[in-house]
Amino acid sequence: MLANQIGYYSLILGLLLSVLLCGISIKDFNNNKHINQNILSLSFLQLVFVIVSFLSLIISFINSDFSNETVFNNSHTTKPLFYKISGTWGNHEGSLLLWLLVLTLFIFLFLIKSREQPKKYRILTLLFQQIIIIGFFLFILMTSNPFNYLFPIPNEGLGLNPILQDPALAIHPPILYLGYVGTSIIFSSSLAAVMQSYVSKQWGQHIKKWVLVSWIFLTIGIMLGSIWAYYELGWGGFWFWDPVENVSLMPWLTLTALLHCIVVLERRAALTSWVVILSITTFTLSMCGTFLVRSGILNSVHTFANDPTRGIFILIFLFILIVLSLGIFFIFHKENNKRSNNFFWLSRETSILINNWFMMYFLSVVLIGTVYPIFLDVISSEKISVGPPFYQKLIVPFLIPFLLFMSLGPQLKWIKSKIENKNSLIIIFIVSIMLTFFIIKNLTTDLLFYTVLISAALFLFFTTLKELFIKKFNNISQTVSHFGFSLLILSILFNSILSSEIITNIKIGEKYDYNKGEIFFKKIEERKESNFNSIIAYFEIKDKNEKIIELKPEIRIYNQPIIITSEADIRTTLLEDKFLVMNLVKGKEYFNIRYQVKPFMVWIWISVLLLSLGGLMSLFKKKNEK
Amino acid sequence: MKILKIFMIVFLFIGFSYLKAGEKNDELKSKILKNIRCLICQGQSVYDSESDFASSIKLIVDRKINEGLKEKKIYEFLTGKYGDWIIYDPKLNIKTYILWLLPLFLFLFGGVIIYKKIYKNEK
Amino acid sequence: MKNKFNIFIIIVFLSFCFVVFFKGLNHSNTYTPKNNNKKNIPIFEAKDFNSNTFTNSEKIFEKDVFYIVNIWASWCVPCRTEHPLLMKLSKNQLVKLIGINYRDNQTNAKKFINEFGNPYSQILIDNDGILSVEFGAYGVPETFIINKDKIIIKKFIGPINQEIVEKIKLIIK
Repeated sequence: MLANQIGYYSLILGLLLSVLLCGISIKDFNNNKHINQNILSLSFLQLVFVIVSFLSLIISFINSDFSNETVFNNSHTTKPLFYKISGTWGNHEGSLLLWLLVLTLFIFLFLIKSREQPKKYRILTLLFQQIIIIGFFLFILMTSNPFNYLFPIPNEGLGLNPILQDPALAIHPPILYLGYVGTSIIFSSSLAAVMQSYVSKQWGQHIKKWVLVSWIFLTIGIMLGSIWAYYELGWGGFWFWDPVENVSLMPWLTLTALLHCIVVLERRAALTSWVVILSITTFTLSMCGTFLVRSGILNSVHTFANDPTRGIFILIFLFILIVLSLGIFFIFHKENNKRSNNFFWLSRETSILINNWFMMYFLSVVLIGTVYPIFLDVISSEKISVGPPFYQKLIVPFLIPFLLFMSLGPQLKWIKSKIENKNSLIIIFIVSIMLTFFIIKNLTTDLLFYTVLISAALFLFFTTLKELFIKKFNNISQTVSHFGFSLLILSILFNSILSSEIITNIKIGEKYDYNKGEIFFKKIEERKESNFNSIIAYFEIKDKNEKIIELKPEIRIYNQPIIITSEADIRTTLLEDKFLVMNLVKGKEYFNIRYQVKPFMVWIWISVLLLSLGGLMSLFKKKNEK
Repeated sequence: MKILKIFMIVFLFIGFSYLKAGEKNDELKSKILKNIRCLICQGQSVYDSESDFASSIKLIVDRKINEGLKEKKIYEFLTGKYGDWIIYDPKLNIKTYILWLLPLFLFLFGGVIIYKKIYKNEK
Repeated sequence: MKNKFNIFIIIVFLSFCFVVFFKGLNHSNTYTPKNNNKKNIPIFEAKDFNSNTFTNSEKIFEKDVFYIVNIWASWCVPCRTEHPLLMKLSKNQLVKLIGINYRDNQTNAKKFINEFGNPYSQILIDNDGILSVEFGAYGVPETFIINKDKIIIKKFIGPINQEIVEKIKLIIK
């Protein structure tokens, strides 16, 4: 009860602080003294208020305080404590508090970490960020208040969807938001830099940290979402090109492109306009994604259940931001000195341009695929689906040249270059192709295509591996990331080629023979947990070598809301995952099981971690070099 | 540079050739079922779903494959009953030209911009 | 000049997107297959519920009347709410009701008919759901109105109510 009041009034105070901060900053803008220290203190205070509000909501969830409407809608007394807490941000209102938390946190950290930067630039960044913050305060207070009061107070809540009660999904939003919402600071500071004609080498070096931080969290956040989908949804897949997944991928694509451009910017003060456009686009995509996911305009298993009034608010807010940012860009941006924009064909700058070219193409595929059904429906009332085949057909062929450019690019020097070590590159190229051919010639009918694709990935793999072992560690962070990416493509490809699956109906006590082994349905047990009953099935899987493993898929019947879920049992090793899931068959005595053997599955996660590790190394390298 | 360009074109061409590869019956059935949306489930394909509707569709697709119907005809049968929405892979028809061609057009457009930028500077 | 033209294009494009998204908010995002196409009845063979022998669509729909095809099952709860309305409709001379028993146990289905009455001039068995798919149904209950030219002119998803019954009465006059 009290937590409710505290939470609500903290939000009001936070909003008032925004207004105060804007006033003080504007006043402080034109004098020549050092920045008013009150600005930093007030920014910190605003952060504190948001934290207090967030904590109040958490406390309400922990106490199962059903006088709070959000807690009532999304929680239940029998939920385990961990999921009561994580349920705080698993719903629309609570996740908006998370948005505010990251927004206020990042601007405060920015102010602290940018003391050597020009004062006017810092103030402008603060002002732009506050515009976003005010927008979200208003959105929360006007349409999505987490502290609505319910009377009479219900005895019990409506509960949280059980598939959301999973550890990976509990930490997925905070980590994802640190990346996703963190792009706001890049947006604000880019606009500030444009207004101050400060888009320069120095600015590039300064903003790179923020781009890296956002990028690392966004990468890991997306990976956590995929891991959840794999372990929890029971179909053995980890990416479905679902609109909500796409919405998190789009800022990642532009952020990756931006990261590469910043590298050019900090060396040569070139590509200034493009860097600003990318910065604006990244956060715009985040906001656009928020709109698509929360307004109810798209149909997806992931979307928050919502009403159109919220959608209208976000839509208008989104377009205000777009108009504002484009307006500032066109009014204030000056084209840079022509000379530094000279790029030669064979140079690292050009390879980065090519990276951006491909990234923008991938972005356009994902964006168009996601929003086209909306446009078609509004214009012609026809409904179509755009599913995985669309994205695969348009993206996968382009991966081949992309991987090749990714291997060759880092070999090039800045400004102008010949390809060094031509011979070793050619040797690696031939080895890749031959190796691929021998590995997969018996595995697939699509020989030509997969040979070329895997060779390209192997080429990247070997060139980066060579860099790691032979070259000096002057660009190790980039090499590690590129190596991680090659490993990611290889893992996904081999997993997809080599995965096998058996779907069959089986009774208790029955044995099922397949050509590589045997599945034995031993028994079932029943178990009661705090908020669900489960039927655990014991299976023994015997493979060719007579080795037996036991897998125990479950069927869970949750109490609130009443939902039946299938929990897969997955045995993970470095070599392969064995994945077993079981379903009830209506009106029959037997069960339906789906047994998948998925080689190299865990390498997909490992390679994404390597990808982020490279980013992390780059972040810390900067500090050492200073 | 020219070699690079030729390589790229060759690779893209090979890439697109994979779109026309053929399959066997079982693989074909899985491929088709993964491409059909289960109308009463949330975001699942018929392949992944155990619902009544999905079971019926699985039977029908099985029968039609055994009758010798081609993949395209099976999709036509289903979209005739349920509309285009039921198939995940959007057909290339007048309703979807923009969908399929706009990204490719943007790719070419991007290429032209980069080409002009570098060509101008090399002069 | 070129700059102004670019800006104009961008403004037009953004406005267009805004309008589309704005209107898109009002459209429902759940999908129901289009109800408007007038299609011929499918050609099929099915087992008769009572005689357990095969019959075909030609014989079933041979009379020169309106037909109402209703997909139902004994385990389907909304089917019970619409059943009395179906009973009333069956008294109408201008129309014949054909029932499709969907994924049902014959004993349970017979019990249902005995208890609630039989509005159908004929019942067909559809144990694997294939016949329903032929009609373009995906759940239960669903009801189809077929005119004298053997064309499906209307489809109702979910249990019918009094309002729908009035609509049907107008159609079959």
